[in-house]
Amino acid sequence: MSLTAVLIVVVAAVLIGAFGIRVSRTTSDFYVASRTVSPLWNASAIGGEYLSAASFLGVAGLVLSFGADMLWLPVGWTGGYLVLLVLVSAPLRRSGAYTLPDFAEARLESMTVRRAASVLVVLIGWLYLMPQFQSAGLVLREITGAPRWAGGLLVALVVAVNVLSGGMRSITFVQAFQYWLKLTALAVPLVFLLMAWRAGGAPGLSPQDAATWQVPLAGGKEYALYSTYSLILATFLGTMGLPHVLVRFYTNPDGRAARRTTLVVLSLLGAFYLLPALYGWLGRLYAPDLVRTDAVVLTLPGRMVGGTLGDLLTALVTAGAFAAFLSTSSGLTVSVAGVIAQDLLKGGVRSFRIATLMAVAVPLGLALQARALPVADVVGLAFAVAASSFCPLLVLGIWWRRLSTAGALAGLFVGGGLACAAVLVTIVGGPYEGPANALLAQPAAWTVPIAFVVMVAVSFLTPHRVPPGVARTMVRLHTPEDLNLDRGDWRPRSS
Amino acid sequence: MEYLVGVAVAAGLVGVPALVLWRVMRGRRELGTSPAERATFETLHTASLAGPPLRAGLTADGAERASRHLRALLGSSALAITDGERLLVYDGAGEHHAGQAFEQARATLKDGRTQVLAVDCELLECPVRHAVVVPLTTDDRVVGTLAAYGPHASAGLVKAAQEVAGWVDSQLELAELDRSRTLLMEAEVRALRAQISPHFIYNSLTTIASFVRTDPERARELLLEFADFTRYSFRRHGEFTTLAEELRSIDRYLTLERARFGDQLRVTLRIAPEVLPVAVPFLCLQPLVENAVRHGLESRNGVGRIIIVAEDGGAECRISVEDDGLGMEPDRLRRILAGEIAPSGGVGLANVDERLRQVYGDEYGLVVETGEGAGTKVNVRLPKYHPGVSAR
Repeated sequence: MSLTAVLIVVVAAVLIGAFGIRVSRTTSDFYVASRTVSPLWNASAIGGEYLSAASFLGVAGLVLSFGADMLWLPVGWTGGYLVLLVLVSAPLRRSGAYTLPDFAEARLESMTVRRAASVLVVLIGWLYLMPQFQSAGLVLREITGAPRWAGGLLVALVVAVNVLSGGMRSITFVQAFQYWLKLTALAVPLVFLLMAWRAGGAPGLSPQDAATWQVPLAGGKEYALYSTYSLILATFLGTMGLPHVLVRFYTNPDGRAARRTTLVVLSLLGAFYLLPALYGWLGRLYAPDLVRTDAVVLTLPGRMVGGTLGDLLTALVTAGAFAAFLSTSSGLTVSVAGVIAQDLLKGGVRSFRIATLMAVAVPLGLALQARALPVADVVGLAFAVAASSFCPLLVLGIWWRRLSTAGALAGLFVGGGLACAAVLVTIVGGPYEGPANALLAQPAAWTVPIAFVVMVAVSFLTPHRVPPGVARTMVRLHTPEDLNLDRGDWRPRSS
Repeated sequence: MEYLVGVAVAAGLVGVPALVLWRVMRGRRELGTSPAERATFETLHTASLAGPPLRAGLTADGAERASRHLRALLGSSALAITDGERLLVYDGAGEHHAGQAFEQARATLKDGRTQVLAVDCELLECPVRHAVVVPLTTDDRVVGTLAAYGPHASAGLVKAAQEVAGWVDSQLELAELDRSRTLLMEAEVRALRAQISPHFIYNSLTTIASFVRTDPERARELLLEFADFTRYSFRRHGEFTTLAEELRSIDRYLTLERARFGDQLRVTLRIAPEVLPVAVPFLCLQPLVENAVRHGLESRNGVGRIIIVAEDGGAECRISVEDDGLGMEPDRLRRILAGEIAPSGGVGLANVDERLRQVYGDEYGLVVETGEGAGTKVNVRLPKYHPGVSAR
C-alpha cells in the first residue's frame, strides 16, 4: 500500500511537470489573474519547499536518539526566519535581486563577488540535495526492501525529468499544496497515534529516560554544550543563505509583503515542527530500538495502530515523505541549475540542461558514496556553510556601508572555505577522536565569527574598494516603496 | 572509495581556480616577437587604454585619466588638454607652466589653427622650452586644445600632436554619438508616451458617448478606465514599471476596445502570478498589444483572437502576445525591425525591440513568429534581475 502511495506521488509530480497547470482566463476575470501572490500562499510555498526530508523524517529520528538537545534543530530552522524577518527580508526584496549572486552583484557592483557567490550557492545546494537522495533510498528500502541506491536514483530521475521538461519550475500553488500535504501526512497519523497511546493507558517515559533523555545536555554526548551553541548559530543564521528559499521572496510585490510572508512562514513552520518532536517522544516510548535510523516516523503507525488503518497511515506518511523529497529537491535543483547555467556556463537552454544534470548527478554520486550520517545532521552542515558565507554577506551588505568588494570576497572565501572543508572532512572521513569531532561536525561556532571578522577587517583595510554606488544602493534597500523619493535613474551603460 | 571521493573533491577545488587563473593569464600574454611588432602592439595598447576615459566626452576627470597614456603616445615631456573655457589637465614635467597653458591655447581655440610657441623659463633643468598647440574638433567646431611640451618643437612632434589630436577627435565623436543615442532613446520613450493614437482617443470617447444614455453606469466606468489609462500612459517619471502595472494598463486598453468591438474581439490571458513583480521597461508591452488588436481585427472572418501569456521561466519571465490576423512576410518584418521601412502605424515593434536590446543586451530582443496568413506571435523575454533595472 505504501508503494502505491509513493507511485501516486511520483506520477502526480511527473504529470504536473509535463503538463503544467494551464488555466486560461478571459479578460473578464483579469483582475483575479493580475493579483499578486498573497503572503499566505507564498509562505505556504516557502514551507513546502523548505520542509525537506530532514524535517519530515530526520528531526523525529534525532529526538528519539538524543533527546531534548535535538529540539534545537526545529527551533533553529524556524528561528532562522526570525533573523531573516528582522534583518534581511524587506531590504533583500527591495534590492530587486532574484538570486543570491544577483544580490552580491547589485550591492557590491562586482562580477568577481557574483562568481564567488555562485560557486557557494552550488556547493550549498549540492550539500542540501545529498541527504534528500540518501533518505529517499532509506524510505524505499523501508517499504519495499529495494537496495539503498534505488530510492535516491528514483527521486533524482523524477526531479531531473521534471526540471528538464520545464515543469514544477516555481509554480507557487503546487509548492504551497506540498506544505499542506506534508502537514496532513504528519498530523493525521499523529492523531491516531495519540489515541492509541491513550488507549494503552498513557504510559510515561522510563525513569532512566526521564533523568537523561528529556533533560537538556544530560545525554552524555561529548561537548554537548559547544555542539548545541554551534547548532543554534548555524540554523539561525544559515536559513538566509539557502538559495531555494530566497528565490521565493521575489514573488512578493514589495518589502512589506516580504516581511508579512516571513511572519506567516514563522507560524506555519512553528505549527509543523511540533509534530516531529511528538513523533520522537512517542518513538522513545514504543520503538526505542530505532535509535539512529531516521525511520521512526515511517514505522510508528504500523507498530502502534496496526491493521489496515496502520497500513493506510503508513502509506500517508510515506507519501508525505516522498512529497518532501520531491518538492525540496526540485526547488533546489532549479536554483542550483539556474546559477550554474547563468554564471558558470554560457547561459541559454542547452546550458540549463547540462546544468540540471550537473545539479542532480553530483549530489547523487555523493549520496551513494558518503557514509550514512543522520539526514538532519548533513542538512545542518549545509546550514553551517550558508551561515558562514552568505549570512555575513547579507547582513553586512544590508546594514554596513563600508563593506568593500575585497572584504566581501575575503569573507566568502575564508568563511565558506573553512566551513566547506569541515563539512567535507566530516562527510568523507570521520568520526574523529576528541574535540576535533565536535569542531568539525558543528563548525558554525568558529567559522561564522571568523567570516564576520575577516569581512569587516579586510573592508577596513581596503576603503578604496567600497563600491561607488553604495549610497544609492542603501537608499534603495532601506526606503519603503511607497515613499516618493529619487532612487536614481537608469542610464544605458556607457562603455 | 572514501579516498577516491576525497581526491576528486580536492582536484575540483584546486583545479577550477587554476583553470580560471590560467585563462586570465593567457589573455594577458603579450603578442608579437619582433621589435616592430611589439612597438605596434604597445602603441595600440596605449591607445586602447586612453580611449575609454574619453568616451564620456571632454571632462576634467576623463582628460586626467587619459593624459598619461596620451603623453606616452606623443613621447613629449608634458601635455595639457583644455576645453573651450579652462584647463582640464596638465600632465608631466614643468608643473609651473600649467598656469600659462590656457593662455597659450587661446589663439588656437579662436581660429582652430596649429601653433608652435616658444616658452620662456628661468629654470635651467626645465625641459619645457617649446609648445605645440593643436585643436580638438567635433563637427568642424573647435571644442578644446591639446598641447604637447618639449625641449624642441620638431616637425615630428608637430605631426605626432596632430595625429593624436585626430585620434582624440574620433573618440570625442564617439562620445557625442553615445550621448545622442541616449537622448534619442529618451526622446523615443517620450514620443511613445505621447503616441496614444488619436484614433484611439476619438474612438473611445465616441464609444463612451454611445453608452451615456443607454447605460450611464457603464459609461461612467469606461470613462474612469479611460482616465486611468491616460494617466498611466502620460506619466512622466521612471524608465521602468512592474509587469503588474503594465498589464493593468493593457487591461484598461482592452476593456475600452472591447466596449467598442464587442464579440469581434476575444482576448485570452494566462498570467503566472510569480512574474507580476518583474521590472519591465515602461510601455514595452502596450505597443505589442495594440498591434495584435489591429492585426487581429483585420483577420478574414472579422473576429480577432488575442492570446497574451506571461510565464515564469526560472531567472527570466517569458511573455508572448499572439493574434490570428493576416500575419506578414517575414522579410518585410525584418526590414521593419531594422528600421528600413516605416510600419503602417505607430512606433510599435521596432521601438520596443530597440529599447529591450539597449536595456538588457542583444540576446533579449523581440522574437517574432509570423507568416503570410498565419497570424503573428511576438515573444519577449525579460530577466528578473538586471543590474540597475528597478521598478521604483
